Amino acid sequence: MSDETREGSLSTDETPGGSSAVAPATADTVIEVDDVNFAYVKGKDVLRDISMQINKGQVTAFIGPSGCGKSTLLRCLNRMNDLIPTAEITKGEIRILGTDIYDPSVDVIELRKHVGMVFQKYNPFPKSIYENVAFGLRIQGIKSKSVLDEAVERSLKLAGLWEEVKDRLDSSGLGLSGGQQQRLCIARTIAVQPKIVLMDEPCSALDPISTTIIEELITQLKDEFTIVIVTHNMQQATRVSDRTAYFYLGELIEMDDTIKIFNNPSRKETEDYVSGRFG
Amino acid sequence: MHDQATDPPLQKSENPFQKKITPQKRQDAVVSTVLRMATYFILICAAFIFLDIIRKGAPVVFQTEFPFVNTKFFTDSPETLMTFETEDGTFYKMDFSDYSQWKRDNPEGRIVEEHSHAYSGGGIFGPLVGTALLTIICIIVALFVGLTTAVYLNEYSSKGRFMDMVRLAIMNLAGVPSIVFGLFGLGLFCFVAPVITGEPQERSILNIPLFGGNFLAFQGWGTSMIAGGFTLAVMILPVIIAACEESLKAIPMGFREASLALGATKWQSISKSVLPYAFPGMLTASILGITRVAGETAPIMFTAALAHKDKLPWQDTDSIGGFFSQSVQAMPYHIYTVAARIPQSEYTKPMQFGSVFVFMVLVMCFAALSIFMRINYRKRVKW
Repeated sequence: MSDETREGSLSTDETPGGSSAVAPATADTVIEVDDVNFAYVKGKDVLRDISMQINKGQVTAFIGPSGCGKSTLLRCLNRMNDLIPTAEITKGEIRILGTDIYDPSVDVIELRKHVGMVFQKYNPFPKSIYENVAFGLRIQGIKSKSVLDEAVERSLKLAGLWEEVKDRLDSSGLGLSGGQQQRLCIARTIAVQPKIVLMDEPCSALDPISTTIIEELITQLKDEFTIVIVTHNMQQATRVSDRTAYFYLGELIEMDDTIKIFNNPSRKETEDYVSGRFG
Repeated sequence: MHDQATDPPLQKSENPFQKKITPQKRQDAVVSTVLRMATYFILICAAFIFLDIIRKGAPVVFQTEFPFVNTKFFTDSPETLMTFETEDGTFYKMDFSDYSQWKRDNPEGRIVEEHSHAYSGGGIFGPLVGTALLTIICIIVALFVGLTTAVYLNEYSSKGRFMDMVRLAIMNLAGVPSIVFGLFGLGLFCFVAPVITGEPQERSILNIPLFGGNFLAFQGWGTSMIAGGFTLAVMILPVIIAACEESLKAIPMGFREASLALGATKWQSISKSVLPYAFPGMLTASILGITRVAGETAPIMFTAALAHKDKLPWQDTDSIGGFFSQSVQAMPYHIYTVAARIPQSEYTKPMQFGSVFVFMVLVMCFAALSIFMRINYRKRVKW
């Protein structure tokens, strides 16, 4: 690794390391996946030769049939796969804000503060709404009531939940409806002000109305955050994303502007999938 | 429309569902009878035990006059019971302390037919206190060690052959006979466990000098309530570890992931988003294990228990160290003593059955509490 990246700092103004063989990313690129192979069990690569760039302030959708590796790649981006003992990147590197996030100098705790995640099954803690949103800040040691109050209000407003819950911040997060719980989880994620928000099928457990609300929320949030979303719902990808990546059997088949992917894809496989002939 | 002409006409007189006895049905009847009988057998045994103890024990504890409970039985410690007749044929039955008083008051009374019945007078206050103290020490030690082990096994340890063996070893610990635990406790806690002291005893195996002329002396804690509490704790550990692990497994993975994804360290996510929700379940399951341990005799008979002790634990010492390093009376050992180590007579029966009755009711209350807590907890928890 180059000297600039050794400290594991993830600030935006840092230039990418010069060790890479591929061309340096543009200023707008926040995530670079560079020829990555990934295996849960040694010898069985479930991702092969993945290379992509994800741009700042855009919503990038990962689509593809089940088991194609899109969620796996998403979980590589904030190293949630570290929870699985044998899982590892076997080739290539993933650079976020110019830093190889699998470099030994990178503190995974710091990484995850910058790369937040919203999960498929909404999972608020059995705590009050306020404490759910404040959780990320509290574990960073922030105790000041005014800072927390301000962050909770700002995050809930961003997540479009403030008006609905402002009078009952002390009641349990589990008392909310499914869609509200998922927005609470989004508020909890953005409360720590990550640069990037990863969403792993955030609407798959929700009804259509809640889904619409979350989709609107995603398009609003992209001004502040770079969003990567895994979805099974192709209409959702067209509605919310700027760029779409199509995965099949652990390979990235095609990645392009969403409009192009759905109207005029370069690859036959992509066309088959998005037109519903396959998958 | 259905064409009725092709169907054979139903004969009204014939019942198509007529009862028939087939070999399969006979087999079914036999099996269900055997299963039912086996279940009733358990019920009969349980009913016999409970009813017999209640019939003979309840009259010792309860009385017909106010306050309806024999308070003396709960507030006095065991004493020798004296029975005697005086010359005029009056029969007396009294505790030894009262007997001495009586003799002072009636110096001229000639006593004939005097009998003493060891441990059969007084009450069970001493054993109750001792069992409470042993159980408290056991709870603290077992919960601490069990909880930390379960957290390590479930949250930190990597999966693999070695960890499987560790788990197997822990589960095997549950199969060790309690008398073996008693001897183990005697060997480890009574004879070898380290103490900090200025003057190590001669039996000390190893003395490590510390600051200020003190030594860390591996001389054991002697026969003491702390040795007994630790022995009981080791014995109940497999149950506690299994219960704690079960409670940890019941916490959704999503809580851990959500917490980690917010930048929490592993310990932060365990302590803030796993343990608070697992703890009620752990406590509930542990109480059930602890009621079992409260009734164990073998582990404490070498390590902690005394058949008779004049003073209560707090009367016998002036320091905290001294408090924990003294022997105590304990309910199960007291029951063993009055049931098996003294000559039996009709005068020893009230103490025997009274002790058993009180102890059984106490343990059943704790078990009921644990079950009640579990039901309550299951109702409250939802995610």
